[in-house]
Amino acid sequence: MAEDAEVRIEAERYELFASPAYRFEVPRRDFFKVLGAGLVVALAVPSARAQESGGARRPPGDAMPNELSAWLHIGEDGRISVYTGKAEVGQNARTSLSQVVAEELRAPIASITMVMADTALTPYDMGTFGSRTTPIMAPQLRKVAAAAREMLVDLAATAWGVDRAALVPLDAAVVHPPSRRRAGYGELTKGQKLVKTIGEDVATTPAPRWDTAGHSVPKVNGPDIVTGRHKYTSDLARPGLLYGRVLRPPSFGAVLVSADLGPAQARTGVTAVRDGDFVAVAGPDSQAAADALDAVRAEWKPVPQPAGAELFDYLKKNPTDPQGADPRSRFVSGSVDEARAAAATRLESTYTVAYIAHVPLEPRAALAEWKDGALTVWTGTQRPFGVRTELAEAFRIPEEKVRVIVPDTGSGYGGKHTGETAIEAARLAKAAGRPVKLAWTREEEFTWAYFRPAGVIEIKSGAGADGRLTAWECHNYNSGPSGIRTPYDVPHQKIEFHATRSPLRQGSYRGLAATANHFARESHMDELAQALGLDPLELRLKNLSDPRLRAVLQAAAERFGWGKVKASPERGFGLACGVEKGGYVATCAEVAVARPSGVVKVTRAVTAFECGAIVNPDHLKNQVEGSVVMALGGALFESVQFDAGAVNNPRLSLYRVPRFSDVPVLETVLLDRKDLAPAGAGETPIIGLAPAVAGALFAATGVRRRSLPLAPKGIEA
Amino acid sequence: MATTELVVNGERRRVDADPRRMLLSVLREDLDLTGAKYGCGEGQCGACTVLVDGQAARSCLLKLGALAGKSVTTVEGLEAGGRLHPLQQAFLDAGAMQCGYCTAGMIVAGASLLRKNPDPDEGEIRHALEGNICRCGTYTRIVAAVRAAAAGTRTTSG
Repeated sequence: MAEDAEVRIEAERYELFASPAYRFEVPRRDFFKVLGAGLVVALAVPSARAQESGGARRPPGDAMPNELSAWLHIGEDGRISVYTGKAEVGQNARTSLSQVVAEELRAPIASITMVMADTALTPYDMGTFGSRTTPIMAPQLRKVAAAAREMLVDLAATAWGVDRAALVPLDAAVVHPPSRRRAGYGELTKGQKLVKTIGEDVATTPAPRWDTAGHSVPKVNGPDIVTGRHKYTSDLARPGLLYGRVLRPPSFGAVLVSADLGPAQARTGVTAVRDGDFVAVAGPDSQAAADALDAVRAEWKPVPQPAGAELFDYLKKNPTDPQGADPRSRFVSGSVDEARAAAATRLESTYTVAYIAHVPLEPRAALAEWKDGALTVWTGTQRPFGVRTELAEAFRIPEEKVRVIVPDTGSGYGGKHTGETAIEAARLAKAAGRPVKLAWTREEEFTWAYFRPAGVIEIKSGAGADGRLTAWECHNYNSGPSGIRTPYDVPHQKIEFHATRSPLRQGSYRGLAATANHFARESHMDELAQALGLDPLELRLKNLSDPRLRAVLQAAAERFGWGKVKASPERGFGLACGVEKGGYVATCAEVAVARPSGVVKVTRAVTAFECGAIVNPDHLKNQVEGSVVMALGGALFESVQFDAGAVNNPRLSLYRVPRFSDVPVLETVLLDRKDLAPAGAGETPIIGLAPAVAGALFAATGVRRRSLPLAPKGIEA
Repeated sequence: MATTELVVNGERRRVDADPRRMLLSVLREDLDLTGAKYGCGEGQCGACTVLVDGQAARSCLLKLGALAGKSVTTVEGLEAGGRLHPLQQAFLDAGAMQCGYCTAGMIVAGASLLRKNPDPDEGEIRHALEGNICRCGTYTRIVAAVRAAAAGTRTTSG
C-alpha cells in the first residue's frame, strides 16, 4: 500500500450517527453575562467539517462560514475557564486538555477549570469518540490559549507603554524584566470585555519545547474520585427526586399487548406511565420503584428472532446491500485472482468474532427535570449534543429548550453514544411532574444497550516462494471497516466490508472493528508464515515498508525477546501489529496453558505504541495498559450469549470480564515522536492483543483458533 | 416504617426506612453518601464495597434490617482530620484510576485487607481484591497503590 501509506482517519460506519451541526452563537453580551468581565478567545473552524456530521440538514442560505469550536475565558479573578463539548469518560481528557492550555498560557494547571460537555455552555461537538480529542480538540485549545496569551501581552504592553517584545508571560502573569513590573492575568483583564475570534492559523509551542504538556500530571479531579466526592450521573439528586424503572419486554422486538398499571399506581408515591410500548414507574426510592415495577401486569407478544447458534450463517446470508459493498468500504488494486493463481503458496481462512458488551462499570443513567416546558438532563453520554437532538425529537420541542449536561462519567468505551436512558428518564419526569433519575440495572445494561458487532471475516492470500505477499483478498461481514486495510506491501488486493442485518442491536466499541480485522489479518499472517516456513516476525518485516509500523514491531519484539525461547505445550508466544486512528501498535504475548486442566492465561504482554508526540506519558501508559487488559476479555472469554431474542448471560456472574487474576505482566514501550502531531491513544492499543494471543496459543498447542473469544472455557487437553 | 439504628462513618444514625432495603440504596438515597456505587447488584463487582464492623462487605446485598447496631464505614469516612487515608493518597500517587467508578470500592476493599494484613504481597492483594472489577483495566496500578500504602502505613506507624 505504498501509494496509500498515509493513514486516513476514516469515520466508522457505526459512528456515523447523522446529527445536525449547529452553529453555536454566543453573543458577546452573553459571554460576559455568564462569565463576568474579562477576556474571551473563541476558535472558529470552517463549517465544512460539520458536513460530516449531517450538515446537509442545515437550513439553506446559511451565510456563516465558521463554527465556534472551543473558547476560553479569563476572569478578573485570574480564573481561567476553558469550554469544550468533549466529555470525560475515563480517558483523562479533562487533565490532558488542561495541560495543553496551561502550556500555552504559561499558567499553572490549578488555575484552569475545564467546562466540558454541557450543551448550554460549551460549543457544539459531534462527540467524544474515534480518538479525536487529542488530535483535534487539543490543538484547537492550544491555539485558543496561545492567542489569549498574546492578547494578555498586548494588554500589558499598552498599559505600561513598553515594547511587547520585552514582555514575558510566566506563571499566569506578564512580566517586564527590565522594570521588574509584573501583572497577573486577572489584573490585566480587569474591567475588560474583550472578545477575539481566531482561526486555525495560530502558532503554538512545538512539542520539543513543551513544559507542562508532555509530562505526567496527576488526574486533575483525582482527589474528588478517591474521596467519593465526585458526583457521577447516578449519584446526583434534585429536590423532590423520584427513582425510575422501565418495564422491559421478555425478548427483543416483543409487542406490548396489554398492561395493567393499577396495582403499581396504587402504591404510595408511585407514578406509572404507559406511552405506546413504553411502560415505566417512578417511586420515592429505588426499592419502591422496583416493587412498583413488579406490580405491573403486562402481556407481551414475542416476534421470531434468529437463533444464536446460527449467528455467523445469518450474517453471511443477510446483506443489507446485496448489490455489493459500499464503495467507501471497498479497496481494489491490481488483480487478486490472477495473482493468487500464480502464487507459490495460497491460503484461505475464515475468522469469526462474537458480540461483546462494553460493561461500563457505571451502567447508563440519566436524571431529567422539566421546568416551564424546558428540559434539563444530566446523563453519562459520549454525545451530549446528539442526545439533545434525540430528546428534542422525542418530545417535539425545540433544541433550545433542552440542556444536556454530562458529569464525568463511569466509562463508556464507545457504549454510551445514544440517549435512550435520557429519553426514558425525561418521559417519566414529564409524567410525574418531578425530577426522575433512571439508573439502568446491570441486566438492562447487558440487554438493552448495544454491542460490539459480531462478524465473519474471510481472507484469501497468495505469496511467492521468496515469502513476499502477492495477493490479499478480505471480506468482512458486519463487524465493520475500521482497520480492514492491510499495512503490508501487497500489489494485488481486494478488500471489502459487507453490511448485514444484525440479530442484536450493535454500535460503536473501543477500537471498533479494528480488533476484529486485526485479529483476522494478523492471524492469517501467522498462518502464511507457517505455510512458508518463516518466523512470524520475519514474514512481517519482509513485507512491511511503513517505517513507523516497523519501528513499533521491532521495539516490541526486542523488549519481549522474540525468538529467544522455544514454545512448549505449556507455553507459547505470539505477536501482531497494526495501524489505526493514527496510532501504531505492536503487541507480543506469552500464554501459559495449564496441563491437564487446559486453563489458559496470558502471562506477559509487551506493547509498543507510537502516537506522535506524547502529551502525558503516565496517562498514555495507563491507557495502553487499560486497553490491553480490556482486550484480554474479548480475546479469551467474553461473548454475549443469546437465543430467540434474549441475552442468556446478562449478569456479571455469567459474563466474565477481566479481573486481577487475569492480568499478565504488562510492559509498555512508548515511542515519542516529538516531530509528529499527537494522535489519540484510548483505542488503538486494544487491537494487537487478540491476534498475538491466538498466535501464542497456536505455538503452544499446534491448533489454530480462528474465533474470538479464543478459549472461553480454556482448551481441551 | 421501621427505624434502624446503626453507626455510619462514626456517627450514630437512626434510619426510617423499609428494613428490606439494601444498605447501598439507603446510603446513597437516604444518607447522601454516594461514594459506594451500584455496579451489578449481585456482589460480583465490588463497586459497592463498605466496611461493616471493619470487614469489607457488599452493600448491594446487605439488608438494612440486618445492620442494627453495626458500624458502617464508607469511602467518605476514611479521611481522618482532613487527611486522606494512606490508600486514598496512594491511589492518587500511583494514578490508579481512569474513570474512577470502581475506585471507592477498591480503596475500601484495600483498607479491609490492610487491617488484616498490614504487609500483603502482590499475590495477596490480587487475591483480596479479586471480587472488585476495574473495567478500565488499571489493576496493575491498583496493586502498586495498595503496596505503596502498606509500606507508607508501616513507616508512619512504626
